[in-house]
Amino acid sequence: MKRRIVVKSLGFVAAGALLAAGAILPARAADKSPIKVGVLHSLSGTMAISETVLKDTALMAIEEINAKGGVLGRKLEPVVVDPASNWPLFAEKARQLLATDKVAVVFGCWTSVSRKSVLPVFKELDGLLFYPVQYEGEELEKNVFYTGAAPNQQAIPAVEYLMSKAGGGAKRFVLLGTDYVYPRTTNKILRAFLRSKGVADADIMEEYTPFGHSDYQTIVANIKKFASGGKTAVVSTINGDSNVPFYKELGNAGLKATEVPVVAFSVGEEELRGVDAKPLVGHLAAWNYFMSLKNPANTEFKKKWAAYAKAHGVANADKPLTNDPMEATYIGVNIWKQAVEKAKTTDVDKVIAAVGGQKFEAPSGFTAEMDEKNHHLHKPVFIGEVKADGQFNVVWKTPGPVRAQPWSPFIPGNDKKKDQPDAN
Amino acid sequence: MRMLRLFAGLAMLAVFCAPAAALDRGAIGRLASGDADEQRQALDALVADNDVSALPFLQDLLADRVKIGADTTIIVDGDHGLDPLERAPVALPSDLEDVSTSNSLRLAIEESIAALELLSPDPALRLEAVKRLQNAELDEARLALIAKAESHERDSAVRDGLRQMRALSELQSGDRAMRLAAAKALRASVSGRVREALKARLASEEDGEIRVALTRSLRNVESSLAIGENLGIVFSGVSLASILLLAALGLAVTYGLMGVINMAHGEMMMIGAYATYVAQNCFRAYLPDHFQWYLAAAAPVAFVVAALIGVVIERMVIRFLYGRALETLLATWGVSLILMQTVRTMFGAQNVQVENPAWMSGRVFVMENLQLPYNRIVIIAFSLAVLALVSFLLARTRLGLFVRAVTQNRTMAKCVGVDSSRIDTIAFALGSGIAGLAGVALSQVGNVGPDLGQHYIVDSFMVVVLGGVGQLAGAVYAALGLGVAGKIFENLAGAVLAEIALLVFLIVFIQKRPQGLFALGGRQAD
Repeated sequence: MKRRIVVKSLGFVAAGALLAAGAILPARAADKSPIKVGVLHSLSGTMAISETVLKDTALMAIEEINAKGGVLGRKLEPVVVDPASNWPLFAEKARQLLATDKVAVVFGCWTSVSRKSVLPVFKELDGLLFYPVQYEGEELEKNVFYTGAAPNQQAIPAVEYLMSKAGGGAKRFVLLGTDYVYPRTTNKILRAFLRSKGVADADIMEEYTPFGHSDYQTIVANIKKFASGGKTAVVSTINGDSNVPFYKELGNAGLKATEVPVVAFSVGEEELRGVDAKPLVGHLAAWNYFMSLKNPANTEFKKKWAAYAKAHGVANADKPLTNDPMEATYIGVNIWKQAVEKAKTTDVDKVIAAVGGQKFEAPSGFTAEMDEKNHHLHKPVFIGEVKADGQFNVVWKTPGPVRAQPWSPFIPGNDKKKDQPDAN
Repeated sequence: MRMLRLFAGLAMLAVFCAPAAALDRGAIGRLASGDADEQRQALDALVADNDVSALPFLQDLLADRVKIGADTTIIVDGDHGLDPLERAPVALPSDLEDVSTSNSLRLAIEESIAALELLSPDPALRLEAVKRLQNAELDEARLALIAKAESHERDSAVRDGLRQMRALSELQSGDRAMRLAAAKALRASVSGRVREALKARLASEEDGEIRVALTRSLRNVESSLAIGENLGIVFSGVSLASILLLAALGLAVTYGLMGVINMAHGEMMMIGAYATYVAQNCFRAYLPDHFQWYLAAAAPVAFVVAALIGVVIERMVIRFLYGRALETLLATWGVSLILMQTVRTMFGAQNVQVENPAWMSGRVFVMENLQLPYNRIVIIAFSLAVLALVSFLLARTRLGLFVRAVTQNRTMAKCVGVDSSRIDTIAFALGSGIAGLAGVALSQVGNVGPDLGQHYIVDSFMVVVLGGVGQLAGAVYAALGLGVAGKIFENLAGAVLAEIALLVFLIVFIQKRPQGLFALGGRQAD
C-alpha cells in the first residue's frame, strides 16, 4: 500500500514536471530537440514477411529528411516498436508510443484488424497515424491519413479489368480471403459491384481461411471444379505468409493463369520473394505502384532504397525490392514533413489541418495529392502480370490519379455518409 | 500400321497446307508489335488458313523468345538471333524490347497452337491438342478446323475428343437431329464443362426425346466426375493425415510412451525445417549439380540435429521433472520460447525460402479431374517410411524392448538391470529426431519461420490424445481420421468452420472417452 502511494506521488511529480516542461517549451524560441516519430510495424510473426520492409522504408525516409536538415530545423528521431503480428499488442505499443515516447506522428499498421485495434488509442490520446496499405474503406478518422488505396483505387478497377475483353472476359468469380475485416468487407463491396454488373450469385464463390492457413488442397480443387462452369477469375485477399502455400498449391495443381487468373491485392514484389515465380507467370496484382514502372522518380527511389538497404544491412540487401506499401510509406513520411513545415509546428491538430492538399512527386510517376477533405491520396491504378523473375509487367493503368471513395457506393447507406471525418 | 498412320498424317498435311497463305512478314509484325486486337486478328487468320508453318514462330512467341528491334522482329535463342521467317541466324541488335503479352493473348496463342497441332502427323501430339482445346472458346474458324480434322482422324481417342468438342457446340444448334446426336455423343465425357453445358441445355430444352438423352448423358458425366472428385477429397485427407501423423509420431514417443508433456515438440519440427534450409543452402553453394537431392541429405541432418537438441533438453531440464506434469509443461514451454528466439536471432524473424526440388513439382495424371501432386505423394510415402522405422525400432529392437519395459514398469525394469535414465534420454532424443524429420516434410508444403512449430503443436497433441496415450497404432488411426474428416468437413463448410468443428469434436470426444481411441488395458495404464 505504501509502495503504491510512493509510485502515485512519483507519478504526480513526473506529470507536474512534464506540464511545467510543456509550459516552458513553447516559450523557447528555437527548439533544437529532436522530434520523435513512431514506427509501428510487425517485425515478427505472420505479417513480418510484408511489414518489416515498411519499417526500413520509414527509417530511410526519416534519414533522408535528417540529411537535408530535418523538419523546422529539428532532427527526426525514430522510435521503432515490434507489435509482433499480435493485434492487441498493436494497441499496447501505440499507447506506449503516444503516451510514453510522446511521438509527433506514427507510421504503421498493415492489416485492417491492427488498424482497428489502434484506432481508439489514437482517438483517445489525439495521435496522428499514417496508414500505408490498401484497405477496405468504410472508415474515415480524423486522426488517420490513408496513403494506401481505397477499394475504388484497387479492387474495383482490378475486377473491371478481369471482366473486360483484354483481361479474359471472366464470367465467374472466386472471392478468396483470409478471415478478417479487410477481405470480408472488400468481398462485400465486390459482390455488390459484380451484382450491379449482372453477375448472378451462383457465379460467385466466397471462401475464407484462418490466418496462417497452410493447406490449400481443398480450396484449389474447388476452384478447379467451379471453373468448369465458365471463364473464372480468382480475386485473392489472402494476407501474409499463407500466400506462399496457396501459390505453391496452384502451381502443383497445374492451374495456370491463362485458364484461371488470380488477381491479388496483398501480393507484391516482396511477397513473391519467397516463391518460385515460374509457375505463377501471368497471375495478376493490382497496385498503385510497381517496381518495374519506368520513370525518373522511380529510378531515384529504387536507387535510394538499394543504397539504404546495403548501408544498413537490411535483410536481402543483395536483391533490393520496392513495392506499393513501401511507396505509400515514403509518400506518407514526406507529406507529413511538408505539412509540419506548412503548419510550423508538430501539434497534431494543426498538422492535420495542413496535410490536406499536400502534393508529392511519387515514384509511381504521378503527383500524389492528399485530398483536401477525405484524408486519402489521389493515386493512379496499375494492373500487372507476374513475370518469371518475380517482377510485374504492367498490362493496364488508369490515365491519371483517381480520387478515393472511402465510403464505397456499392454498400447500401453509404451515400448518406460524409466524405470527411467528424471533428471530435 | 505406323507407316500407314504417318502416310495418313502426311496426306492430311498436304490437304490442309494447300490453300494456306503462309506466315508472312506482315503477320509476324502484327503478332509481335501490334495492339491486342491486331494480335488477335493475326492469330485467328493463321488458324483460319490452317497455317501449320506458323507453329514454330507461335511457340517462340509463347516462350517469350520473340523480341522487337527498331523495325525488325527477331527470335532470341540463347545468345544468337534467328530470323522469324527463314529461321536463319542473324546478328542481334542491341536495343531489343519484349513483345507485350498478356494472359488473354497467351491463352489465344496456346489455343491457336493446339488448334493447328490437330493437323500434326503425331497422334500423341494431336491428343494433347484435343485436351488443351477442351476448355477453349470455339469460334467458326476453330470449329471448321475441328470438323476437318475429325473427318481425317484415324486415332479413336483423338476422334472421340474431337467429336465431343463438336457436340458441345452442336448442343446449341437449331437442328433437332443434330442436338439429339450431340446430347448422346457427350455421354462418355469426363469434363466439368460438359456437365455445365448439359445442365444449361436441359434447362431450356423442350423436346422430350432430347431431354431424355440429355438427362442420361448428364447422369453419366456426373457419376464419372464424382469418382474423381471424391477420390480427390480422400487423397487430400490422406495427405493432411500424413502431415499430422509425421507431426504427432515424435510426440507419441515422448508424450505417449514417456509421459512428458513436451511443449517444445513443435520447435523440434521447426529446427528440422531450418536444418533442411541450411542443407539446401550448402548444396546450392557447394554441390549445385546435385541440388535436386538436397532433401536426401537434409533428412538425416535434421534427425541428428533435433535429436542432439533433444538430448540436451532431456539432460538439462526434463530429467529433473519426471512425474511432475505441470512443471514439465511450464519448463518445456520456456524451452520452446528460448528455441524460437534463438532461431530468430540466428536466421531473422522473417520466413526463409525452402525450394522444392524439381522432381517434387508436377503431378500424376489419374483422371481428367484427378491429378495428384508429386510433393504430396512423396510426403505420404515419407511418413509411411518414418512410421515403419519407428514401429520397427520399438517393436523389434533391444532398445525398443527397453523403452517399452521402462514405460510399463520402471521399477521392475531397473531391477532387471535396465539403465532407465539412459533409456529416457535415448527415447526423448528419438522423439525429438522424428519431429526433426517431420520438419523436413513440412518445409516442402508450408512456410519455414521461427513460429512454424506453433501451428502444429496443437494438432500433434490432438492426434496423440485422440489416438490414446501409449499407442502408435492409435496415432495412425487418429491422424487418418482427423485428416480425412477434416477435409470432408472443409469441403462442406469451409476451412474456418472445419477448424472449429474439429476442436469441438475433440472436446466432446475427450469427455466421453478420456483414454482415447485405443487405451492400454489394466495396470499399464497407470
